[in-house]
Order: sequence, then C-alpha cells, then structure tokens
Amino acid sequence: MASKESTFTNMVLTLFLVTLAASATLGFIYELTKEPIAQAKLRKKNAAIQKVVPRFTNQPNNESYQVAVEGDSLTLYPAKQDGKLVGVAVSTFTTKGYSGEIRLMVGFNPDGTIHNISVLEHQETPGLGDKIEKSKSDWSRQFNGQQPGDFQVKVQKDGGDVDAITAATISSRAYCDAVRRAYQAFQKGGLQ
Amino acid sequence: MKQWQNFSKGFIKDNPVFALFLGLCPTLAVTTSAYNGLGMGLATTFVLVMSNLVVSIIKNLIPAKVRIPTFIVVIASFVTMVEMLTEAFVPDLYEQLGIFIPLIVVNCLVLGRSEAFASKNDIVSSIIDGLGMGLGFAMALTVLGAVREILGSGSLTLIPELLEFTLYEGDGMLVFVLAPGAFIALGYLIMLADKLKQKMY
Repeated sequence: MASKESTFTNMVLTLFLVTLAASATLGFIYELTKEPIAQAKLRKKNAAIQKVVPRFTNQPNNESYQVAVEGDSLTLYPAKQDGKLVGVAVSTFTTKGYSGEIRLMVGFNPDGTIHNISVLEHQETPGLGDKIEKSKSDWSRQFNGQQPGDFQVKVQKDGGDVDAITAATISSRAYCDAVRRAYQAFQKGGLQ
Repeated sequence: MKQWQNFSKGFIKDNPVFALFLGLCPTLAVTTSAYNGLGMGLATTFVLVMSNLVVSIIKNLIPAKVRIPTFIVVIASFVTMVEMLTEAFVPDLYEQLGIFIPLIVVNCLVLGRSEAFASKNDIVSSIIDGLGMGLGFAMALTVLGAVREILGSGSLTLIPELLEFTLYEGDGMLVFVLAPGAFIALGYLIMLADKLKQKMY
C-alpha cells in the first residue's frame, strides 16, 4: 500500500478531501431521511397517546402544552371527542431508573384516575427491570383505574400501595416517581 | 477456491469473536437475546462490507501516515448512514438497536479488517472478506444471544412476534441475562469453538 508519499501537503489534502466527501454524503442522506424520521417519530407518539387515553377525534399533538413541575416541564396532550375532553396524556420521565432515564406516557381520565400507562423509553435490566413494559409482564396494569389521590403511588417498602417487581425495586420505585410527577402536572394544568 | 476460503475463514477458523477476540465489547453488551445479537451482527456486516469496499478502492491514494484517521472517517460515515436509514425506514428495528448502532464505530473488528485486509488486497477479495467476517460475527452473536436468552429468560426470539418461542414459564437463571452471565457463556462457547477448530483444521 501507500503509493503516495506522506508529505505534509499530501496528508492535509487527503484528509480534507475524505472528510469533505464524507460530510457531503451524510448531508445528502440526512436531507433524504429527515422527513421519514420526523413522520416515524410522530406516528410513534400518536400511537403512544392512543394507547393510554379513551377514544378521541382531535389531534392531541397539535394542542399540546407544557406544565412546569418540580423545576422541569412536562408536555400534556389533551384528547377530545367532539370538543369534549375525554382524557389527558402526560409525557413524563424519571432519572431514578436503575440505568438511565425512563420515559412514560401516562393517560388520565378527566376525574384524575389513571386510564393506562405505556413505556416510551427505558434501559432497565433485561429480565428484571424491563418488566415495567406491558409486553414483558402484567405488572404495570395495577395502576389502571387507580386515582393517585387515594392510591399511594409508592412501592410497599416505602409505605405505598404499589406491589414492586420482584428483584427490581429500584425500577419500580422510578416508575412510581414518573407516575407521581405526571399526576402533579395533571393536577396543575390537566383540565385547562 | 481461494475466495471460498477467504469467505469461510470468518466462521470458525478466524471467527472475530471466538478466535480473534475482536469487538468483544458490543458482543458482551448486546447479546441479551438472539434477536439483538442477529440485528447487531447484520448491521456490523453491512458496515464491514461497505468500509472494506471503499478502503480497498482508495488504498493507493492514501498516504500511509494518515491511513487510520481516513479509515475511521469512512467507517463512521457508514455507521451514521445506517443509523439514519434504519431510523427512517425500519423504526421498529431502530428502537431495538438504537443505542447499539453508534457502537459499531468503536468495534475493533471493522477497523481491524480495513487495516489488516482491505488496505492490502483487491476489491473483490475485500468485499468477500467483509461479508465472511461480518456473517461470522453475526453468527457468534446470535449463538451467544440464544444461549443467554434460553438459560436466562426461558425464551428464544429470532424475529419478534414471528419466530418467538417460549421454552419454559417463569424466570430462568437471571445471571445469564446480566453482565457476568455474558462472560460465563462466552467462555464456554470459546472453548467449544476451539475444540471444533482443532477437529476441522
């Protein structure tokens, strides 16, 4: 290899041309995939909202608004059927997970009971903490139909009403933390 | 015949994981299920074939002293491309592999093949080498993922919802899903692969 000599000009020129070609190609691919990526993300978000609130006819994504909670702000998506509010989806998160952030979409009925919850993103341990996902275990169904006003959203070890996942108390605790935060946001601005 | 050897060496004789011990970091991290291993293996194969191809085309134009940065730029470009394309057109797979795709850049296997093979050989041999090595890597990851998944969670997932089997109910030996289990399983698999290699060659 190396039919070219390693002179200063040669090296600078080669690196310049290679990086130029690489960035031009990537820029082209970026433009090409920008639209499909945005659409895929929107579809995913809409699917998550649909999962956690009753049937609606409006576009919750276009009517979303932010509510400040504990120095952060959560996004609320109101779901309406013929102009009447049927539920609110709250996109919430916690940083207390066993490995990194957990993001949830929590759906509330107008009276404040939890309709359903879905996990948007997490990196919990496979086989243990990942049981917070509906596809892995029925654990998260215990929240459905509960009103966080009476139902203490804390694991039983901490004096709450939530039955924690065996061998994954930290993940369960983090999940509760995210749900509590969502409820606070809902109480503050859910029925606007 | 030479090309066939070139291709098949990646499976047992010079298998990246079992014989060369290249790219062990992603190997241990992603193989919690057979599907994750397969996806990661195939994504790596694509990057490997493309970077081998480009490196062997430009090998005579690169001054020797800047070859490594050049290879890395080529590899990183292909990895970013794979990331954007999967996110746009197969979002489900992207969600599964999301954090693992950027990890391909730091896989020594890709740079190793560019430096040790593609920069010294012609285009056709380089593509075949990339394909053989990549598929060998994918095979190793799938086998390791399958062993860990069967022992750890009692199921086997090759394609979610299409080729998914539950072998027994309840929790398996959870240690195999966790990091220590990866080392234990890999150790035994390396031993088996070595026995096989001694028999074949």
